[in-house]
Amino acid sequence: MQLLIKAENLVKRYARRNRGGAQEELRALDGVSFEVFAGTTLAVVGESGSGKSTLALCLACLEEATSGSIWFGGKDICKIAEKERREIRPQIQLIFQDPANSLNPRWEAIGILTEPLILQGRISREEMKERAYSLLERVGLSAEIAERLPGELSGGQRQRLAIARALALEPKVLVLDEALSALDCSVQAQIANVLLELQSALGMTCVFITHDLGMAAHLADEIVVMGGGRIVEQGRVEEVLREPREQITRRLVAAVPRLARAPMAPIGR
Amino acid sequence: MASVLEVRDLHVLYRGREGEQRAALAGVSFDLEAGEILGVLGESGSGKSTLATALVRLLPANGRITRGVVLFEEKDLLQAAPEELRGIRGGRISLIFQEPSLALHPTMRAGEQVYRVLAAHGTEGKGVLREKTRQIFAMVFPEEAERIARSYPHELSGGQRQRVLIAQAVACGPSVILADEPTASLDPTTQMEMLGVFRTLREKLRVAMIFITHNPALLAGFADRVLVLYGGRVVELGPAAEVLKEPRHPYTKALFQCVPAGLERNGNGRKARLPAIAGEASVSSLPWKGCAFEPRCAERMEVCRDREPTLLGVNERHTVSCFKYEK
Amino acid sequence: MMRYFLRRLAHAFLLIFGVSILAFLFTTLAPGNYFDEMRLNPQIAPETVAALRAQYQLDRPLPERYASWVNSLIHGEMGFSFAYNSPVAPLLLARARNTLLLTVTATVLAWGIALPLGVWSAERLGRFPDRMITWGTAALLVIPDLALALGLLVLAVRTGWFPTGGMASVDFENFSFLHKLQDLGLHTVLPILALVLSALPLLVRHVRAAVAEVLGAPFLLAAQGHGISGRTLLYRYALPAAANPLISLLGFSIGALLSGSLLIEVVMSWPGLGPFLLEAILARDLYVVIGGVLFSTIFLVAGNFLADVLLYWADPRIRTESGSR
Repeated sequence: MQLLIKAENLVKRYARRNRGGAQEELRALDGVSFEVFAGTTLAVVGESGSGKSTLALCLACLEEATSGSIWFGGKDICKIAEKERREIRPQIQLIFQDPANSLNPRWEAIGILTEPLILQGRISREEMKERAYSLLERVGLSAEIAERLPGELSGGQRQRLAIARALALEPKVLVLDEALSALDCSVQAQIANVLLELQSALGMTCVFITHDLGMAAHLADEIVVMGGGRIVEQGRVEEVLREPREQITRRLVAAVPRLARAPMAPIGR
Repeated sequence: MASVLEVRDLHVLYRGREGEQRAALAGVSFDLEAGEILGVLGESGSGKSTLATALVRLLPANGRITRGVVLFEEKDLLQAAPEELRGIRGGRISLIFQEPSLALHPTMRAGEQVYRVLAAHGTEGKGVLREKTRQIFAMVFPEEAERIARSYPHELSGGQRQRVLIAQAVACGPSVILADEPTASLDPTTQMEMLGVFRTLREKLRVAMIFITHNPALLAGFADRVLVLYGGRVVELGPAAEVLKEPRHPYTKALFQCVPAGLERNGNGRKARLPAIAGEASVSSLPWKGCAFEPRCAERMEVCRDREPTLLGVNERHTVSCFKYEK
Repeated sequence: MMRYFLRRLAHAFLLIFGVSILAFLFTTLAPGNYFDEMRLNPQIAPETVAALRAQYQLDRPLPERYASWVNSLIHGEMGFSFAYNSPVAPLLLARARNTLLLTVTATVLAWGIALPLGVWSAERLGRFPDRMITWGTAALLVIPDLALALGLLVLAVRTGWFPTGGMASVDFENFSFLHKLQDLGLHTVLPILALVLSALPLLVRHVRAAVAEVLGAPFLLAAQGHGISGRTLLYRYALPAAANPLISLLGFSIGALLSGSLLIEVVMSWPGLGPFLLEAILARDLYVVIGGVLFSTIFLVAGNFLADVLLYWADPRIRTESGSR
């Protein structure tokens, strides 16, 4: 299998002044290394503050790592010039958690879909519209959605639109940062199916960042467990989740709400 | 067991910007028993959030309660005078909203926000109220209670903010807590912690709770009974163990199948298409004939389009609203 | 926290310093000077003009003139006015006092009306009373200040209720104290009215927008859910949360205390800073112009600084943010 992304010792530090007034350093990523193979899905799980979202931003070239490398397409995207980075960005597309915030509320769906195509500037208007409609179909939206505004769509429809927009640039990698977390249960299932379809039909490589281990187990091949900015455990999904070795992983697995759970003892203090 | 809250045939309408009317709740009835945790399972469009705000009459300006009775402590809340209602809100029935980061006042310290709830309902002096605030914080925050009371919401973590909301909710010793997706924005471990806190509070304070969520797995091992809401109607109601293990209504069955079980069944079904419910939950505008779930139902019949089903008993504690169970 | 203020204060001083240099530069580099008219007058000998110019140091190099101006500033004189033959500072102060009489009253009145009106409007958002207010403020916004002022003057002329300009009646000196007060009051009514009417619509809209946003916020609904209502809800919950944009606006209002009333003062012949500066510009009275500009800048900077201080005090999130920079 072809290696698509290789992260080596990624470090991202933020400088902050804490309540006492002293300068303190926040290590959002503290030496993260992993590999992503083409056509597979990598799940990145962890609690809030474990660095998952920072990782997503660094992968999508929206944040610059303090040190370390991300190898993609033969280049270290952490160290290339802005001009080159602009060429790389369309190839790694990011989908955010809240579709309401990532879609321009004043544009109709068709405009949202053609915008990235216009920016690329290579094809005619007719072709653009055709592409837009085929994108809608691919994510399971009906053609009449094209004229609607994001505010008129449901959460699931918006997220599908966000995915369609991401696909417009024919990326090699989709990074999904908690993309399902804000959706209803049954809608999550629908979008999960869209992602599975993309994996099988297009061979899309995905990095799926979430704290929902159940969904991670369902969609991913490989998994990386993060804690405190570091990778705590990684490996094939079934192995890591069935027999977690680290404390953090065990806690995450135990915390997954399960339909067949026995009555809880009051864990109160 | 005695019922602490009785809801009968509650109807709520919303008026859209062009004057069109949308039914958010279309005849919801249920009882809440003293000290029980009732899980209300509903997705967007089911009317779950409307239920919480309607019970204490905090609907937005374009919402109206058109029919129904809400009996609480021998009074119909829907007929109560505004001053009475104000006293009940936060005092006898508390609301915990979604999104703790939004439900707290951004520039007021946590301790003061709880203090004000007490002050709105008690007539005691400042000193007494401050002491009470301190006690509540100590109960909800076993460690660092003082530091948290002095902090502002933006200095607290998601879980801590949620606990402040809980502190506000239990401050005046209510008999009912209405929680609308209280754990939605928290990560799994904090979520589990919160559920534990709720259960402890229920034991300690004997308070009944309506826990609204869209995630059925959260209710497992937590709720006593489960009420399933779809299209503003109750489609299933019964003991949690029964409903979660053997759902009767087609919607409930389909919903449970949407939860990926990759962690449980030996990896079978991993990467497989989930049997998601086709279509979208439609916004029902009046008038609506027939069953609300019929367009998406895998088991639909002719009669489902013509008439609306009523709640029928599967056994003495479990009711379903579906023609399949009509004898 | 002290560092935040000291930094802001340092910025303020730097800004004032920079403005003084720019003002100096622009006015001295502009063609023409005070004595041009005299030069054109054949009755005055060119030697006299040259002597006057030398006396006022107009033929010295720029940096030297700037230095001696700063020196005069330190001595509280702010340079010398050619036209009035006196140090600039006392002239400016007297005129500034007149301006402030108008603007401070107008600002207090405008805010005093805008706050309750904006809150009232926001509480009835979308309904008839709110739409009336929106329509009314839009109408006021559209009317230029000049038209407003002239319209009021016409009113004064037609009805004779108010004097048509100036600050005092002709035989002001002979009035009794009470009569003097009454006379002054009558003279201030129209200018203050014009100022209030021109400032009101923007303020009302901003208050309305800020309060409306808060009234729709989840934390307010949550507070209602806790049984908090009425005055406590409005004064302890809603208004403090709406304060941020309004504090910035207040800073701006304070900043404009000296500079915002120029047009109205000129039209209504009010002897304030505005007309005085205008005169000085036309006459090329160098140091008066520079002094006036500096005065206004100080107010502007002070207003912003005050807003910063208030914001810091009112919003704990800003305190944390500034601490983390």
